[in-house]
Amino acid sequence: MAAYVLRRLVYGVGVVMGVLFLLFVLFFTVTEPEDIARKALGDKAPPEAIEQWKVNHGYDRPLWPWQDWDDNLLFEHYRKMLTFDFGLSDADDSPIIDRIAEGMGPSLSLTVPLLVLGLMAAIPLSLLVAFFRETYIDRMGVLVCVFAMSVSTLLYIIGAQFLIGKLLRWYPISGFDVDPMLLPRFLALPIIVGLLSGIGSDVRFYRTVFLEESSRDFVRTARSKGASEVRIMARHVLRNALIPILTHVVLAIPFLFTGSILLEAFFGIPGLGSITVDAIQSNDFSTLRTMVYIGSLLFILGQVLTDLSYGLVDPRVRFDS
Amino acid sequence: MNVEPYIASNVVTLVLLVGVGFLVAFVRRNRLWREAARTLWSRRKVAILTVGLYLAIGVLDSFAWKGGVPEDVVDVLPNAPLTLVDRLFLGTREASYSAPLAEIEFYGGQPLRHPGTHLLGTDILGRDVLYLSLKGARVALLIGGLTSLIAIPLALLFGVGAGYFGGRFDDFVFFLISTLASMPGLLLLITLIMVMGRGTLSVCVALGVTSWVGFCRLSRAETLKLRELEYVSAARALGVSEPAIVLRHILPNLAHLIVITFVLMFSGLVLSEAVLSWLGIGVDGSWGQMIDGARDELSREPIIWWNIGAAGTALFGLILAVNTVGDAIRDVLDPRTLRDSP
Repeated sequence: MAAYVLRRLVYGVGVVMGVLFLLFVLFFTVTEPEDIARKALGDKAPPEAIEQWKVNHGYDRPLWPWQDWDDNLLFEHYRKMLTFDFGLSDADDSPIIDRIAEGMGPSLSLTVPLLVLGLMAAIPLSLLVAFFRETYIDRMGVLVCVFAMSVSTLLYIIGAQFLIGKLLRWYPISGFDVDPMLLPRFLALPIIVGLLSGIGSDVRFYRTVFLEESSRDFVRTARSKGASEVRIMARHVLRNALIPILTHVVLAIPFLFTGSILLEAFFGIPGLGSITVDAIQSNDFSTLRTMVYIGSLLFILGQVLTDLSYGLVDPRVRFDS
Repeated sequence: MNVEPYIASNVVTLVLLVGVGFLVAFVRRNRLWREAARTLWSRRKVAILTVGLYLAIGVLDSFAWKGGVPEDVVDVLPNAPLTLVDRLFLGTREASYSAPLAEIEFYGGQPLRHPGTHLLGTDILGRDVLYLSLKGARVALLIGGLTSLIAIPLALLFGVGAGYFGGRFDDFVFFLISTLASMPGLLLLITLIMVMGRGTLSVCVALGVTSWVGFCRLSRAETLKLRELEYVSAARALGVSEPAIVLRHILPNLAHLIVITFVLMFSGLVLSEAVLSWLGIGVDGSWGQMIDGARDELSREPIIWWNIGAAGTALFGLILAVNTVGDAIRDVLDPRTLRDSP
């Protein structure tokens, strides 16, 4: 198993190198180091100030190794990322690591409740729909799911802000507060929107998983020995369906940290998603690459963890072969 | 060679229509597909008709020609190419907002030029909202259709190639899709559009590049399974060349997956364009842009709801119809291999 994990991690490092390369190439085909400096200093900055800024921030080097093998931006980019030296933001010279630490809390306070509540809503609902399979309830359930999936997230957000925030005035339209007493009021609306926009596809997915498990031989055996339908669902179907559910959840964990760009932007939550959007808008390469780097690292880690968690819940899975 | 855009659009639409014609002819000839189409039709009549309606509007809005504009119309340039949809709404432009079927202008209280004719009201520039919503159908179909036409062949090329030939090429493709999958999708999308510049084609290409990975993985896995089957070994033993095996024995067995992926991908793409519109890099004239533009109008007093309502309903209607048809297609063509991944 150790060998398996090691192999996966080494491959993961390769993929991260690929991601970093792609990001570098894409970013510097649109933007030149001058553009970053100009965004940071303002349009009216004199050329000397821009040159000085480029020297200070290390952008005076040539971009590619074939221009200067010993001193170029690409190698510097790799060196910094692989040693986790994220440095300062290109936009305002604040340490990036501090901004990530600041943004982590707001992001997690939105995404973690969203994931937990989503699971708590989707799994019982889909069990219910699967329990009444091939009946009116099942068909209605699927129909409602397709309805919920067909609405654009943009419309969910605007609709909720308008209806609940403006007309009914139950919750503030947007904003954020670190005070734990006030926080739930600000998070209510984004969480409602996130749940609504995700629940359709989730319930459908889990329903398919449950239906697949209920057509297995051991379910027929359980039924023929006289187990009640409720017991079959709880003990045989749900337990075996845990594997795909687990994959689904573990794969979602990295995205808890990167935050939700759309929800954070609309509801004014100063999380990691907002940092990313700000970085795009202000050509802040050093922040952008850090966010992409962390995102892809977490994604790869999540995949390895998913594979390992298979081994925990499913004794049939072996890693040595 | 300099072809005017509207002529290019006419030609492309014609080619696509001929392609659809060939597809229909093929489905009618082939027993398997004919049965599938018949089952589909009997299960989802309303949804299929709805998609057909959107398609008809999109096609009517794709053939443009010049001339035939009455002298007194001032909305358009005298020599602009116009489609049938444009011509239906010629000269309906007002000065500014008006409510659905209103007699007077929204702010000034001035009488409208065409009182009581704007079924869905007008927007801030006085354009008829029904007209804009109809125009959006073509844009949505273009985004979904053109992008799928880019993404699916790309995915097949890499997926089938990797699965069938294996070796170095497989390693390369697997590395490529792992890399693309590990990058945050929205960021990649934004960067690609920034690299290629704004515009319909570049949005479609960017969406294509970010959305082919899933199907590539699927077609690779399916090909890996298929190439071990007896009939492929038999074909190889009989001396059939490799390209012929791929074309005659592998690809036809992926056809159902292609159809299902196309339909499921379509709605996802149209919805992603709405998000891109919010970021300000969407396609001009899309429903996403209408929704984004109407966002602040909900905070006016009294509320301007018809704009966002029309665009939202049009978008929802298309996506719902396509999703419903897609569900049925999956049930009819493939009850087992493809689970709905979120």
